[in-house]
Order: sequence, then structure tokens, then C-alpha cells
Amino acid sequence: MRSQLMGRVRKAPENFVPPQAVGTVFAEAKAGRRDFIRSAFAAAAGTVVASVHAQQASVGDGDPNILELPAHSKGLGQPVVTDGYGKPSKYEANVQRRQSPGLTQTKQASVSFAPLQSLFGIVTPSGLHFERHHQGWWDIDPSKHRLMVNGLVKSAKVFTMDDIMRLPSVSRFHFIECGANTGMEWGNVAVPTVQYTHGMLSCSEFTGVPLITLLEMAGADLKKGKFILAEGADGSSMTRTIPVELITSGEVLVAYGQNGEMLRPEQGYPLRLVVPGVQGVSWVKYLRRIEVGDMPYATKDEAVHYVDLMPDGQHRQYTSIQECKSVVTTPSGGQMLLDKGFYNITGLAWSGRGKVKRVDVSVDGGRNWRTARLEGPVMEKCLTRFNIDWAWNGEECIIQSRAMDETGYVQPTYQQLRAVRGTRSIYHNNAIQSWAVHANGEVANVQLA
Amino acid sequence: MFSLRKKRLMGYALFVLTAINGVAFAQTAGKTGERFQGIGREATSKEVQAWDIDVRPDFKGLPPGSGSVQKGMDVWEAKCASCHGVFGESNEVFSPLIGGTTAEDIKTGHAARLMDPAFPGRTTMMKVATVSTLWDYINRAMPWNAPKTLTTEEVYAVTAYLLNLGGVVPDDYTLSDKNIAQVQQRMPNRNGMTTQHGLWPGNEFANGAKQGAGQPDVRATACMRNCGPEPQVRSALPAHASNNHGNLAAQNRLVGAQRGVETDGSNGKSGKAETKAGASAGKAAAPTALLEKNACIACHGMDQKIVGPGFAEIAKKYPGKKDYLLGKIKAGGTGVWGSMLMPPQPGISDDDAQAIAGWLAGDSAAKP
Repeated sequence: MRSQLMGRVRKAPENFVPPQAVGTVFAEAKAGRRDFIRSAFAAAAGTVVASVHAQQASVGDGDPNILELPAHSKGLGQPVVTDGYGKPSKYEANVQRRQSPGLTQTKQASVSFAPLQSLFGIVTPSGLHFERHHQGWWDIDPSKHRLMVNGLVKSAKVFTMDDIMRLPSVSRFHFIECGANTGMEWGNVAVPTVQYTHGMLSCSEFTGVPLITLLEMAGADLKKGKFILAEGADGSSMTRTIPVELITSGEVLVAYGQNGEMLRPEQGYPLRLVVPGVQGVSWVKYLRRIEVGDMPYATKDEAVHYVDLMPDGQHRQYTSIQECKSVVTTPSGGQMLLDKGFYNITGLAWSGRGKVKRVDVSVDGGRNWRTARLEGPVMEKCLTRFNIDWAWNGEECIIQSRAMDETGYVQPTYQQLRAVRGTRSIYHNNAIQSWAVHANGEVANVQLA
Repeated sequence: MFSLRKKRLMGYALFVLTAINGVAFAQTAGKTGERFQGIGREATSKEVQAWDIDVRPDFKGLPPGSGSVQKGMDVWEAKCASCHGVFGESNEVFSPLIGGTTAEDIKTGHAARLMDPAFPGRTTMMKVATVSTLWDYINRAMPWNAPKTLTTEEVYAVTAYLLNLGGVVPDDYTLSDKNIAQVQQRMPNRNGMTTQHGLWPGNEFANGAKQGAGQPDVRATACMRNCGPEPQVRSALPAHASNNHGNLAAQNRLVGAQRGVETDGSNGKSGKAETKAGASAGKAAAPTALLEKNACIACHGMDQKIVGPGFAEIAKKYPGKKDYLLGKIKAGGTGVWGSMLMPPQPGISDDDAQAIAGWLAGDSAAKP
């Protein structure tokens, strides 16, 4: 009976209870001192000036949030079109993309990470999509933007945005992950939360025209032309050699739409390449030119950057595929569980080789695994959400997830990955992530021996 | 009758191929243009020339021209050294370009230090295998805050200067489209790249490869019960680093199954650890938009030194000296805050420069 009571009481008033206090509260709760618990949480809540919306610990006659009708139930609300392009609730202000301090020395050649710990389902809100710019971002006038197709073609072509948007379009959901995602963690734990370990990952519905259509319109020679160069219009004029295999399959898109609206400027407005399953650097933003050629291009971002150093001192060049990977997003590093009892462990899984087939979850550091539920739809080269029930008994434990894709590839442990790749490759770290849950409810990023 | 049936069959076969195989679809190329009448137009040769700037490893696309090491040094010190250091060695803004390669590497074509896990960092010269990449990189993306403003001669010259710093060409060398292929044969890490891996989805690199297209090199199995050893934590963030990423409580939603951990040391007395950025330089609010627009923040932090001094440090040193600061913003300088050079800023408008100088000088009339 006591444990049931505990379950009702332990819901904390806010996120303002320090870890030590939570531990003390649990200890006292075990001893049955409910009065102590009430006052501990009241004290914690009392330190907050104008607490946003404290959830009451004590019920008494009833919850004042129910008994005393709030202003929004007794007054007149805001009119329509207060905001012509709506924004999230002001209470969601903590949900932001963020930089990792010290990761880069400039703000224009830098990265911001998506807050995976706060997202639901598989779609990343466009305003929270991770950013990676090499020479700053621009908001380009779409009426002046042009796309050129040249190289091994019958006739070089120029397309306006009007032209491209007149063509038959397709809409597809795909993940985009930077090749360097989780790159800070190759050697050891370096950052505290899933936002920084895995947040160079986003997923959107992209709308555009298959690149093969434009190549055919130009009369591309795809027998001789085995390599395609994509080039951006910004200062960095990002260039990457694109796998022809994914162009002839119709997968590569010249995209202008993202989640029902146009691309955001930070994502390459008005036009970017979508290269499903391939690392984000190949998804050239502000796309201005496609060249058909007969050899790879060894561009700056495939000969100086985005090359993977192997233990034998060779660099792997043109590494592109993002291999099968998963991560538990809640509970995850830097979070605090406030009570024992039921939790929905949830996370994301993806594979650059196709669909996710299965995700297993361990709460004992990888000794035993249970298969999670995959939330549909499960799509090719797209994020897949998984969920699994879990009752936390208040003891220390380590949570992991392990994905498998339809090719049978299984996400490796750090030991398995390092045995082949060493620790210096920076890119393509798809190892299993471990989150340690401490007895006080605090969750921390750890790596296992 | 027979021929009609055959046609139908062929049509069906083509349909199936088209539906399941994009390569077959590509063979129907001629028809696509007809289908999409009135969309797109032919590019003029001048248009192609204006945009087709890429240079491949076989030097296709390289414009004729030349530039000397000596000329490269002049361009370097004026336009490149502020970010990369006088000798390409600086680590302050970007990773170092030069260093870590030896005369022996030039013979073998392997940067030997890449095999030493203890060697700190990797310079561009240790990584890059193809000299075309350096030329193309400089030509398309440098200088960082004014890309595509170098002349062809300057690009050759800066490339020559970098190669000279790396010991690839002598002091009196002039790099040109005629001799660049010979330089390629001296690149210190020219044999340092491999395409023998499974992370490219096509067969283009698979000639005799051990690993075929898309074949993974790491093979794990999905054990379900009593797997592996008892888990031991070997790495975690040290306690003193807990606040390195700001207060994690302020980075999590306020409702739900969990909260963020308080890491600002206040035990919940303040949720504002993240909002104190942008401290005052002068008295007025920082003209953030101007500082960002003119790329000042590439080299100056609000409070801290990046390459040049922080704005707060400047403001403290030169209160009321608006005209002096205006001159420095426009003309650049070196020696006041260290040896790192601030290049002249010809691109900044008078209004912007005035506003920034006024702000730094603590001019109360300065408008942010």
C-alpha cells in the first residue's frame, strides 16, 4: 500500500529540486514520512519566483488547478491571426537548437544541434532542424535563384524556381544526419545530453523533383558520366561527388519543400539536394549547379574534411552511407527522473541502407535485451520511433538501444566499432549509446568498458 | 496480330523496367525533354563559364595561369594570415594548414605521422592527397569572409606559398597550369586516401575491391540474453564539466516524464544561466546585427579574445576614443593586442563603422 501512496506523492513540483534533495526525499519516503516529503517539495517550489506551473504535490481537498478556475477559463482569449505564421507556446522556450561550446571557433562555420530529448514522433520541426554552415547562411531571393546542369550532357540547361516547381513533384520522408554526428564521442564521453551526442540529426518530409528528371532533360550521358558534382551558391560553394546509384534509382531529389512549407533559409532556401541515406554534407544547400562527369572530384569537403582516418594511417575517402544507428531520447543524459514506477522508454532508429527492421532495448548495460515497439510508418532511410514499457525500481541501471536494418546489419557496440575503425576517424560513429540512471534519478552519458 | 502482341509485351517490359529500375528509365532520356515542354532553357557558354569553376584531380577545369611563392606571401599576409597565421600554423580560428609533414613523406606519399595516435591534430597538408583540391578550395571559398574575390594569379600564388610552407616547392617557385601535375607527384600524403570501404553505395570504386558497394566493415550480432561482460563504466563526464554546456534544466521541457538536471550550481535558485551572454561593451546595447553582418564576431568575442581582443576589452581601453576606433576598424592594424593582424575592412559601410565605433567608445548617442 505504501508504494502506491508514494507513486501519487512523488510527482515533483518543478524541475527545481536539486539531485541531493530528490535522493533525500526518496529515502524519507521509504521511511514513510509523508509530511517531510510535502515540506521538502514545498520548500523547493518556494525558491522559484513566479513558478511557471507547479504541479502540486499535496492534494488535500483537491488540486487548486481544478478547484480554482483559472483566468483562461473565465476570460476572453486572443483573436485569430495574432500571429500570421504561428510560433510555439511560450512555455516551450527551453526547446531550442544549441551550439556545443568550444566545438567550433567561429559562428559561421559551425553547428547547432536539434533538441532530440524534447521531440516526438519522427518529424523535426523545421525551426529546430540542426544547422551546419560552412561559411554562414543566407536568405536568397528565390526569383533570382538558378540551377544549372552541365558537364557530360547534350545541352547545358538553366532552370528557374518557376521551372522546377512546375515539374511533377514527389514528397518523401528522410532523415539527414551529419557524418560527424556523435563524432565528439569516439574516444570517450565528451558531452552531457542527447542533444549534443546525437543532435546533428533531423527528419523531414521533403518535396521536390527527382534529379534524374533534370539530368534527362539535359540529355545526360549516364553511361560515361558515372559521377555527379553538386555545388551550392553560398560563399563556401559546397561541392560534393554524389553517388550516381541513388540518382538513377530516383531517390536523389532537388527539393524546395520541407514539412509542408518552403525550406528554411538555414536549410538552403530555396533549393537543396536531398540524398537519402547519405551524410548531410552531400545534401548541398542553395543548390546552384549539377555537373555530370566521369571521375570523382576530390572537393575540399571530400579531400580535406569528411575523410575518415583509419588506424593504419589511411583516410577513407568518399565515405557516404550513414549506417544503422539508434539512440534512446528519453530518458537520456542530463535528465532527471522524479519518481520510481512506469516510464515509456522512447527513441529514434535509422539506417542509410533502408528500413529499420528491429530495435532492442537493454536496461542492464547490454546483458539482456527486449524488442521495442516500432511506431509506423516505418519508411526507407527515415527516422523510426521506438517505444518500450519500463518500470524503474529506483536502482542504478544503464539504458541502451540497438537497431537492426533490413539488410541484417546490427548496430555495433563501441568495442566492436573501435576494433575496426580505431578512435580517430571523427565521422560515422554509429555505436550503441549508454545512459546511466543513478539512484537519485539523474541520467548521465557514459561509455562502458 | 503477332506484331501487336509483341509490341504490347515490349511495352509491358519497358514499363516494368521503368518502374523498378531507374537505369532503364534513364534510357528513355530523349522523351523527357518533350514531355516537359517549355521548362528550362539552354545555358549560354558565358553562363557555364561563370559558374563552372570546379577543378578536378586531373586538372580539368583549371584555368591557365601562374603565381609565384613570393607573390603568394604578399597575398597571404594581407588576406589570409589573420585567420591562418603567418605560416599557416595558427589554430586560433581554423585548424592549422601546415605542419606535420616531412621530406620523407614527400618521397613516400604518406604522411607518416597519421600512423601515430599520439600526434596531436591533423593539418590540411597532412590530409590532402590532391593539389587540385587546394587550388579549388582557395579559389571557391577563400578568403573566408570574401570568397571568390582572388584573381587567378593570386590563387596560383597562394597555393604556391602554402606548398612552399609545406616544403613541397622551393622559395623561388612559380606554380602554373603547366607544372602543377609535377607538383602533384610531391604531395606529402598523395597515397594516403583509400576508397576501399563499404560506405559508398555504388560500384564506381569497387574495381577489385575487397569490400563491395555498401558492404559494412563492422559486423555485430544481436545477442538477447546474458550477453557480454558485466557492464563497467569506463568513461563519464567529470563533475567539474557538468556545467560546460550551460544549465541543462533550462534545456528540457517543463512538463513530462522527466526534467533537466540543474547544473548551474544554484540548486534551483535561478534558471537564467544561459541568458547572460552579450555583456556590455560600451554603455549602449551591442549592435549585434551590425557585428554579425560585417563578420566582426568571426574574430572578436563580446567579452573574450578570439583572434583579436573581446569588445569589452576594447571598450575598456578606449573610452570616448570613437575616431581612433573608427580608423582602426577601417584600416586594421597589428601590434596593439598582439602580433595577429587585423586586415583592413574596405567592405564596411561608413554608417556601420560609425555605429560600431560609437558603441565601443561608450558614446551614449550611439544607436544599436
